[in-house]
Amino acid sequence: MSALEFSVIVFAVSAVAGFLGSLTGLGGGVVVTPVLTLMLGVDLHYAMGATLVSVIATSSGAAAAYVREGFSNLRVGMFLEIATTVGAVAGAHLTRVVPASALAVIFGLVLAYSAWVSWHPPKEGDGSAPDPLAARLKLDGDYPGPRGRIHYRVARVKAGLSMMFGAGLLSGLLGIGSGAMKVIAMDRFMRIPFKVSTTTSNFMIGVTAAASAGVYLSRGYIQPALAMPVMLGVLAGSLVGARQLMGARTRVLRAVFAVVVGLLALEMIYNGLSGGLR
Amino acid sequence: MTDRELELTVGKLLRTGVSLAAAVVLAGGVWYLATNGAAQVDYRHFTPGMHRLLAIGTLPPAEVAIQIGLLLLIATPIARVAFALVAFALEHDRLYVFFTLAVLVVLLFSIGTSWL
Repeated sequence: MSALEFSVIVFAVSAVAGFLGSLTGLGGGVVVTPVLTLMLGVDLHYAMGATLVSVIATSSGAAAAYVREGFSNLRVGMFLEIATTVGAVAGAHLTRVVPASALAVIFGLVLAYSAWVSWHPPKEGDGSAPDPLAARLKLDGDYPGPRGRIHYRVARVKAGLSMMFGAGLLSGLLGIGSGAMKVIAMDRFMRIPFKVSTTTSNFMIGVTAAASAGVYLSRGYIQPALAMPVMLGVLAGSLVGARQLMGARTRVLRAVFAVVVGLLALEMIYNGLSGGLR
Repeated sequence: MTDRELELTVGKLLRTGVSLAAAVVLAGGVWYLATNGAAQVDYRHFTPGMHRLLAIGTLPPAEVAIQIGLLLLIATPIARVAFALVAFALEHDRLYVFFTLAVLVVLLFSIGTSWL
């Protein structure tokens, strides 16, 4: 395939992934890597490098819009970033020793989980008591509601912090944003309101990915000619997606996306186990 | 500076960073396809070290331009953290100056090792 043909195809695929990712809130990155490796035969490490870069672009682009609305909690984000960045650097270094076939299987399992979350959106918190540590760390906050600002208190700080280390580890290991896991840690475990969780997670994704990026750059995973159409495509798709109104069609889209992601998960696991990806 | 002004400035910083990075990557991409569009590409096999940052001088100039755009993009969230550090310092919030500094150290450590 010529460079021009290849770039046009990769741009188109990435734009669709970015569009669906931003509409469903799962992020486009998680589907770009399997599409690049399974359908276009790209080496897994190059695909991870290109996707990681696109994750930074969409995260920062979306955060620019969200930050003005006053939902994201900078203190929660910064505190949890300690765990995600350390996890990300560790995960990125692990790519040196973990074989590509094992990475493919782990990737498939994460995809399968994303499909499950997309099908069954996480429920509200389970009523854990506010954590006194949260007050000491000034994590409790408020967000704009219909009648003035709504105050919230944060629960299970340590559990949230440990989960964030895991989210960072997966992010560095697979070159993804692991936004779904970050949202679950904040929304389900720490009882942070959903809208605050998603916008804060969005800010954190870019910082976490930047922590992996240094290691990826030194390993040579970021191949500029491949990263170019992926980054521009995902960014364009997600910007268009963010402008779409959330309507009834979102339900259908979520279902379609869940099926696509589920199929990619199966194929990724199959390829990893059969040694198709090296 | 009020919190509101701070948020608006952060939003502007992020938008500028992403737009600038995307513009540089796009320009580099057009240059790359204009000079190299007909060449056959094959990303099937990973060549360790070929595209590592230290080897940037050995890449064709169009790919160097794309890589510079990607570096600008990676720098955007780091600049955002540095900005938060200044904001917490102005608020005399010692605890969060410490937390933000810890995040910044991890980020700069990672970027620092990218030259190895």
